Amino acid sequence: MKSNGQLKIIHKKDLNFWQKIYLTEILKGIKLTLAQVFRPKFTRQYPEERWNPPASFRGRPVLVEQNDVERCVACGLCARVCPALAIEVQASESEYWKERYPVKFEINMLRCIFCGFCEEVCPEEAIVMSQEYELTFHSQEEAIFGKDKLLVPVEKLKDRLEFLRKYR
Amino acid sequence: MDILIVLIKIAVVLVTFLTTVAYVVLLERRLAAGIQNRIGPNRVGWQGVLQPLADVVKLVMKEDIVPAQANRFIHDLAPMISIFAALVTFAVVPFGNTIELFGQQIKLQIASVNIGVLYILAFASLGVYGLTLSGWSSNNKYSLLGGLRSSAQMISYELSMGLSIIGVVMIAGSVELDKIVLAQSGWKWNLILQPIGFITFVVAAFAETNRTPFDLPEAEQELVAGYHTEYTGLKFGLFYLSEYANMLTSSALTTTLFLGGWQIPYAENFGLPAFWLSVFQVLSFCMKTLLVIVFFIIIRWTIPRFRYDQLMNLGWKVMLPLSVLNILLTGLVMLLIN
Ligand code: SF4
Ligand code: SF4
Repeated sequence: MKSNGQLKIIHKKDLNFWQKIYLTEILKGIKLTLAQVFRPKFTRQYPEERWNPPASFRGRPVLVEQNDVERCVACGLCARVCPALAIEVQASESEYWKERYPVKFEINMLRCIFCGFCEEVCPEEAIVMSQEYELTFHSQEEAIFGKDKLLVPVEKLKDRLEFLRKYR
Repeated sequence: MDILIVLIKIAVVLVTFLTTVAYVVLLERRLAAGIQNRIGPNRVGWQGVLQPLADVVKLVMKEDIVPAQANRFIHDLAPMISIFAALVTFAVVPFGNTIELFGQQIKLQIASVNIGVLYILAFASLGVYGLTLSGWSSNNKYSLLGGLRSSAQMISYELSMGLSIIGVVMIAGSVELDKIVLAQSGWKWNLILQPIGFITFVVAAFAETNRTPFDLPEAEQELVAGYHTEYTGLKFGLFYLSEYANMLTSSALTTTLFLGGWQIPYAENFGLPAFWLSVFQVLSFCMKTLLVIVFFIIIRWTIPRFRYDQLMNLGWKVMLPLSVLNILLTGLVMLLIN
């Protein structure tokens, strides 16, 4: 039993008669549990009430899209560091300023463990963890996200980018 | 004609009983959620009223798995024994006085057995076969331990349960349940006349129905799910159903034996028409039973499980002497009064 922060050990011989016959203690317990029924509930009614994660939340990884082009330069570091081997990048040349771009960029969302290593290692701040946590699939193929699903405009990722600049 | 009345009575009571059992499950889930500051199932239908239906559909659709080395016949038989024992015990519980319907005097009790209390004790203890056999036939060590525990527990608590009813029988002077109810007219409830008997009976009822704090046969933390670890689908559903049916039957029995059954104190003097008096009496029986059920549920979410040796100590060293003492006291007081 705990009283003012110190652990107090109660032996059986210290109990008084009423505590020993146990019934009054049961009644006290019932009072306690019944009082809980009228306390406010902690449940969030999920599909109606959604949770907005803070910027530090690691949701699904997405590619940052700036001026309709992905920032990624297809260096392949994220694919190299990914502990779950979830990322596949295929590089190619491009006529943009950045010379290289990924023709194919796929993340297998069934493998991803949301560790955020890819985000940490990327030299271009091109892959970041978003705040999206609702991921359901009906088949394994559906779970492999290509560039179409991964690209997200930079405006939508402001929170996370700010967070990264501040705390990293 | 008599046969027809009996059949209709059985049908009505069975349907009501099973529906109530389903809703007791919902009640328990909602109340448990409330005690844990949650909301509980509230999605299927308004406030979750259709949840029991959804549960049944889910259980029926599930695959029925029998372990490879299990004894298939007994594995199938065990849940049926469990549910049988729970249902058959309810048959002798009077849930109202006679009622006049369509010019017929109908007794509100399925079977008025003249050995009422003995019948109940005999069939209630039959339920243990369901648990023990399921534990043994599953060929699983957790199930086996659960089954063993249930039989040991039943034997220890059957005794004090039987003995605690004897006080009630002495006061009523009969083992017939309707006579016991009639003997508790007015405020002569056995709860007031037999407080020790009431406590020992309720504790024994908890142990008999495997409810916390005595749910050792299925103790999740140690035994996975105890005797029904290897059960799936409909057969698991039967065990689940029989647990709650047992609870309902025990509550009805507690009401009948100790809380005045269907009696409303001094209701005869209110001057109600006979038909409505009977209806209100049935309602009072239902209300009392419901209160006992709520008590069962709250206890489950309040008191932690007993350890095995504590269970045995309580059964043999406390409950048994207490119920014997109760018989002696009752006898003494009756001698002094007469
Ligand atoms: S580390 Fe960054 S730039 Fe390199 S391939 Fe991955 S996302 Fe593209
Ligand atoms: S979050 Fe981790 S597991 Fe997921 S893609 Fe990035 S590096 Fe791989």
